[in-house]
Amino acid sequence: MTAIQKKPDNAIAHLSPADIEELGRSLDAIREQVVGSRGADDAAYIRKVIDVQRKLELTSRAVLLFSLFPPAWLAGTTGLSIAKILENMEIGHNILHGQWDWMRDPKIHSTTWEWDNATPADMWKHSHNELHHAYTNVLGKDNDLGYGIMRVDEDQRWSPFYLGQPLYNFLNACFFQYGIAAYDLEIGKYLKGRKEKVAFKGQVTKVLNKVKKHALRDYVLHPLLSGPSALTTLGANATANLVRNLWTHSIIMCGHFPEGVETFEKTSIVGETRGEWYLRQMLGAANIDGGAAMHMMSGNLSFQIEHHLFPDLPSNRYAEIAPQVQALFEKYELSYVSGSFPKQLASAWHKVFRLALPNDFLAKTAASVTDLPVRAAGKAA
Amino acid sequence: MTTAAPVLRVRDRLRDRVAQLAELVATPLVPADYVDLLDPLRNGTDLRARIVAVTAETADAATLELRPGRGWRGHVPGQYVRIGVDVDGVRLWRAYSVTSSTDTTFTITVKAIPDGVVSNHLVRRARAGSVVQLDQATGDFVLPTSRPTKALFVTAGSGITPVMGMLRSTPLDDVVLVHSAPTADDVIFATELRTWATQGRISLVEKHTDTDGMLTTDELAAVVPDLSEREAWACGPTGMLDALETWWPNDLLHTERFRPSVLVLGDGGSVTFARSGTTVDADGATPLLTAGEAAGVLMPSGCRMGICFGCVLPLREGAVRDLRTGDVTTAAVGDGVLIQTCISAAAGPCDLDV
Ligand SMILES: Cc1cc2nc3c(=O)[nH]c(=O)nc-3n(C[C@H](O)[C@H](O)[C@H](O)COP(=O)(O)OP(=O)(O)OC[C@H]3O[C@@H](n4cnc5c(N)ncnc54)[C@H](O)[C@@H]3O)c2cc1C
Ligand code: FES
Repeated sequence: MTAIQKKPDNAIAHLSPADIEELGRSLDAIREQVVGSRGADDAAYIRKVIDVQRKLELTSRAVLLFSLFPPAWLAGTTGLSIAKILENMEIGHNILHGQWDWMRDPKIHSTTWEWDNATPADMWKHSHNELHHAYTNVLGKDNDLGYGIMRVDEDQRWSPFYLGQPLYNFLNACFFQYGIAAYDLEIGKYLKGRKEKVAFKGQVTKVLNKVKKHALRDYVLHPLLSGPSALTTLGANATANLVRNLWTHSIIMCGHFPEGVETFEKTSIVGETRGEWYLRQMLGAANIDGGAAMHMMSGNLSFQIEHHLFPDLPSNRYAEIAPQVQALFEKYELSYVSGSFPKQLASAWHKVFRLALPNDFLAKTAASVTDLPVRAAGKAA
Repeated sequence: MTTAAPVLRVRDRLRDRVAQLAELVATPLVPADYVDLLDPLRNGTDLRARIVAVTAETADAATLELRPGRGWRGHVPGQYVRIGVDVDGVRLWRAYSVTSSTDTTFTITVKAIPDGVVSNHLVRRARAGSVVQLDQATGDFVLPTSRPTKALFVTAGSGITPVMGMLRSTPLDDVVLVHSAPTADDVIFATELRTWATQGRISLVEKHTDTDGMLTTDELAAVVPDLSEREAWACGPTGMLDALETWWPNDLLHTERFRPSVLVLGDGGSVTFARSGTTVDADGATPLLTAGEAAGVLMPSGCRMGICFGCVLPLREGAVRDLRTGDVTTAAVGDGVLIQTCISAAAGPCDLDV
C-alpha cells in the first residue's frame, strides 16, 4: 500500500467535502440509533459472556489438575485456550474500550478492569485507544503500522533490518502478550530520549510485576496444585497462552494489514473534520467474514471496520449495524475490505514478506515467474 | 490464656496465606469474582440483596421485601438504605427508608413518581428473585434512646415510610400521626394505620388533599393542640417541610427530606472528569453527579441530596455553585477543594478528580 494521497487512482478523489460531511452525519445517525437503544439485553449479554468465560476457565483449570491423563490435558488445554481468548478479546479488549461503561457497573468498567495480558490495562488504553484509534493508519503516527519492528507500507522506508521481518512477525505472534507490553512501554521512544526516564522506569516495574504474577500463576502455582500432573499442567498453560497469542495476533493482523486497506499521510490529518476522520476509519480497516463463533472468538473484531468507526459501541451490536455501514460504502463508492479468515491472514502475511524487500523488488522478480497467484506467493515466500 | 494467643495468631496467619494464595491463583481477578458467580449474598463480598416479594400497597406504591447478604449490619428504625438497581441495563442508586422492624429480611416501600426512572421500575417491573445492590442502613431520622412521652408525626405521601419503620418497631405511649395523601385510596399502609387507630395505639388524622386541600400550619395547630409539648418528626414534600421548619414553635422538630430544595441554578460549563478522561457540557441545573453518571463516569454517590457526603470529590480547578444556597466554590490548580457533586452544578469550566 502507498498512502492514499499519493496514489494515481486515489480512492476518495471522487468525494467532495460536502459528500464527506454528509457521510459523517449518516454514520452519526447509526451511532445515535445504537446509543439510544442500549439496554437490558445488552447488559445481560456481556454479563453472560463473563459468566461463561469464568466458569469455563475454572472448569478447565480444575480438569487440568489431572492433566497427566491425556484426555484431561486435551480438554483442559482447549477449554483454557478458549477462556483466555474470550477474556482478552470479547471481554477485556471491549471493556477497556469503554463499550460497557454506560452500564455504570463498577465491576465492568474501563477504569477498573484488569485483564489476563502482560500489559497493564491503563498502559494499553493509552497506546491503543488514544493513539492507534485516533491516528489509525496514519504513517509516522500510528505505531500499529508494523509495531515499530516491521515495514507494512511502501511508504515506510526500507532498510536491511526489515529483511528479518517475517521472523520478527512470527516471534511476535508467539509471544504476543509480551510484544504488546514492550510496545506499550514505547521503548523506542524512550531510547530516542523522547520519554521521561522516571515515568518509563515506573511503567517497566509495573509490567514486570504483572508478568511475574501471571507467570507465577500459570507456570508455578497451578502446576504445583496439580501435584503429580505438575509438568503436564505447566505444558497445558504454556500451550493455552501460545494459542491465545497466535490467535489474537492473527486477528489483529487481519484488521489492518490485508491488501486493500489504505494508509494516510501525516499531513493529511491536520485539521481533519469528523467526516474525514470517519472516512479514514472506513478505509483503514478490514473485516473477516464468518459466523457467530468467529465473531465471538475475535471479540467482534471480525467487524474491525464497524469497530473503528464506533470503538465504544457495545461489540454485540456491530453485526446489526454492519449492513447499514456497508450500504454507505456502496453509496459513496468505497471498497469495504472483507474476506475469509484464511484469505485475510494470507494477504497480511504476504505483505509482511513482500515488504521485507525493497519496493518493487518482488514485482520485478515476479515478472519472470508469470501469473504467480497472490496466495501461493504468500505461502511460498 | 497464655497459649491461646499464639494459636490464634498462627491460625490468622494461615488464613492470610491461604487468602494470598487464592489471590495469586485468581490474578488478574480476585477470588471473589469467581465465588460471586455462585453466591452473590455471601459474607465478605459487596453487599447485595435478593428481592423476596413485591406487594402492591396502592395504585402507585409497592413494598419490596429484601433478603440482605450476610454482611448486613441491621438498621435503626427510621433509617434508609441505598439500593442499586439496573434499569434498562444501567446501574442507578436511590435511597429508600426501611419500613419493617425486622432485619433477616426487611422491607422498603416505594411510591412511583411521574417519570421516575427507579421508582417506576421498582413498583411496576421488579420481580421476586432478582438481586439488587445494597448499602448499609444510615441516617439520623430516628427515635432517641429515651423514648419521648409524647410524639407527633407529620407525614405526606411516601413520607410515611420512615415513620412506619419507627411505629412498627417501637411501642410509644402517646402518638399523634397527621398524614396527608391525595385521596383515601392513596394512603400507603392504610389498613394497618386505621387498625392501630381503632385499637387506640395511635391517634390518626388523615388529610385527603384532593378534597380537603393542603394541610396548613393553622390546621395542624388546631388538630394537635398540645403540639409544642410533643417531640415531632416530619417527612414529606419540600414545600411542606420548609413551611413546618419556619413555623415550628420550638426546636423539637426533626425532618427527613427525600430531595434537596433547589434554590438557584449554576451557570453551566464544560466539566472534565480528569482520571477517566471524559469531558461534557453541563448546564446550570444539572448536578455534577448526574452529569458524570450520564457520561459513564463511575461517580461515588449516596443520598443524592446533600446530606451524607457519599459523593464528595476533589475539584481540581474551576467553579461550582451549591444548588441549595447559591454559594460559589472555586478552586485553583492544586487546591483539590472537596465538593458534594450531588448538589453542585458547574458555574464555569470545572475539572474533577475522578
Ligand atoms: C433519605 C431518603 C429516603 C427516601 N425514602 C424513600 C422511600 O421510602 N420511598 C420512596 O418512594 N422514595 C424515597 N426516597 C426518594 C427516592 O430516593 C427517589 O428519589 C425517588 O424514588 C425518585 O426516584 P426516581 O428514579 O423514580 O426519579 P428520577 O428519575 O430521579 O426523577 C424523575 C423526576 O422526579 C423528580 N423527583 C425526584 N425525586 C422526587 C421525589 N421524591 N418527589 C417528587 N419528585 C421527585 C425529579 O426532579 C425528576 O424531575 C428517599 C430519598 C431520600 C434521600
Ligand atoms: S450523595 Fe449524599 S451528599 Fe451527595
